[in-house]
Amino acid sequence: MTAGVEVRLHARRRRYGEDVVKVLLGVCALISVATTVGIVVALFLPAFEFFGEVSVVDFFTGTEWAPLFEPARFGVLPLISGTLLVTSIASLVAMPLGLGAAIYLSEYAGPRTRGFLKPALEVLAGIPTIVFGYFALTFMTPLLRDLGIQVDIFNTLSAGLVMGVMLMPIVASLSEDAMAAVPRDLRDGAYALGSTKLQVATRIVVPAAVSGIVASFVLAISRAIGETMIVLIAMGQQAKLTFDPRAAAEAMTAFIAATGAGDVPTGSIEYKTIFAVGATLFVLTLVMNVVAIRLVRKYREVYE
Amino acid sequence: MTNKRGTITRIALLCGLLVLFAGCGGGRGDDDEAGGTTAVAGTGGGDLSGRIQADGSSTVGPYTTAAAEKFQAEQPNVQVTVGVSGTGGGFERFCRGETDLSNASRPIKDEEATICTDAGIEAVEFQVANDALTVVVNKDNDWVDCLTTAQLKKIWEPGSKVKSWKEVDPSFPDEEMKLFGPGTDSGTFDYFTDEINGEEGASRSDYAASEDDNTTVTGVAGEKGGLGYFGFSYFEENQDTLKALEIDGGDGCVAPSVAAAQDGTYKPLSRPLFIYVKQESLARPEVEAFLRFLLENETSIAEASQFVPLTDEQLTKAKSDLDAATGA
Repeated sequence: MTAGVEVRLHARRRRYGEDVVKVLLGVCALISVATTVGIVVALFLPAFEFFGEVSVVDFFTGTEWAPLFEPARFGVLPLISGTLLVTSIASLVAMPLGLGAAIYLSEYAGPRTRGFLKPALEVLAGIPTIVFGYFALTFMTPLLRDLGIQVDIFNTLSAGLVMGVMLMPIVASLSEDAMAAVPRDLRDGAYALGSTKLQVATRIVVPAAVSGIVASFVLAISRAIGETMIVLIAMGQQAKLTFDPRAAAEAMTAFIAATGAGDVPTGSIEYKTIFAVGATLFVLTLVMNVVAIRLVRKYREVYE
Repeated sequence: MTNKRGTITRIALLCGLLVLFAGCGGGRGDDDEAGGTTAVAGTGGGDLSGRIQADGSSTVGPYTTAAAEKFQAEQPNVQVTVGVSGTGGGFERFCRGETDLSNASRPIKDEEATICTDAGIEAVEFQVANDALTVVVNKDNDWVDCLTTAQLKKIWEPGSKVKSWKEVDPSFPDEEMKLFGPGTDSGTFDYFTDEINGEEGASRSDYAASEDDNTTVTGVAGEKGGLGYFGFSYFEENQDTLKALEIDGGDGCVAPSVAAAQDGTYKPLSRPLFIYVKQESLARPEVEAFLRFLLENETSIAEASQFVPLTDEQLTKAKSDLDAATGA
């Protein structure tokens, strides 16, 4: 550095280009926020109008859902029970299978098996949900009948099982990422103390990666609650308060899709039911996510 | 300074986006072609051009689609789109002036006609086919061949608690009854409830309701105790997997068939099918040509799409109606 050269920390001229870039990047971030706000507004305004005409208590305690029939009945519980039942079945399939696959991939599989299995899982994740829907209707349901399980042609069980298969890769992939991030030292330490491979996997790696695993579970559950195509095709469209997985039922998303594709007049009470159910669905998923974030924070283990 | 200006810009953009989203939120839902649309386009030949928009009954939809396909073989520059959002849904769009033709599996209701007239839309009615509304059961159902209208009412009336076939007739087995049927937007639903339950729209609601009749086909074909109803053509297309019941309207059991629907002996579930045309659209040469074509070829279109054709008398009336409406 030659003496006499003045070092300026501030530009003499304003850099307008930089301002533009800054604004553009800000807009990118804002679009996601604005979209969310816009959806919430668009969803809740008609929903509030709906609750002006139908009492909130009737909506959340009624056990009959027949908004398009005379006399109309607006009890949302059958739809909620449908969604919860299919979500539970899907979770019971996706969580153990996904976690098992993740443990295998992260702790046991050699590089060659891994190189084959991971892409296979990703292919499974890439199958369009409508294909899973028809798979449930035309393969899973007849299969269950062949196995001697007396299911209806449209039933919650096969929709839930197939949805579980669909969600498994999400659980497996995210959990495996979390396990892979567990520091090598922990494993080595455990081995040094004489642990077996199984003990390392189940007592060291899984607890250490638990926050990532929980996050993957929650994501899978949220996907299951919001999943539409499978339940629309294979689960039936018959709102019924039942916890029998062999019977037909209707999930919230299926009601929204079927009614939205029909032709209810805009502004009518039938039209607003779509938004009321949509808002309920939204709140349900939101609560799920908030609980999940709490859980993740509580069990997070930080290694640095 | 920079920061403050940036903040203002961001707030302005956010507001703009919000307005945009709020605006979008209100308008959606009615202006797209709901329930699936069949569009058939072609190129070359023919001297007419233009676009004819049809919507309405899912029962009549396949008929209009078949007519459109044949018509477009002769007039490839005319594009006919056929939506199936139900008779009621079709009339709503028709009376907003969005469609030229409205398919209907029942006559237009007085209140619908009023809405149309108030909107300045004059509707001309043409009967295009007959239908035998068909009650179907599973192919493996070997205990029932005929139901009376009273038994149908017992099954379908509002508040009905019939769960087993045995409750319909003690001689039937104790097989669980699974009901499938059209949704409330359907003209088939309106007609069936009117004829069977005595009041239009009055029906039990705990059955699998779908505007898509193929869902009913899948359902009844997959349930041994299944029962459903829809237009005759859906049965004809699915004879391999379904069994049609004879209906006893008081004068003995009659099976749904072309002849029984035409001569009215299939009571009370035989019915006329209509296409309503906007008078204003009828002035357009391609729309008039389409209707003339449809009536000229009525029998072959009906047979190709497995509908019950008009009788000679009905056909003559439809043709003279068209002449009267076009001033020919």
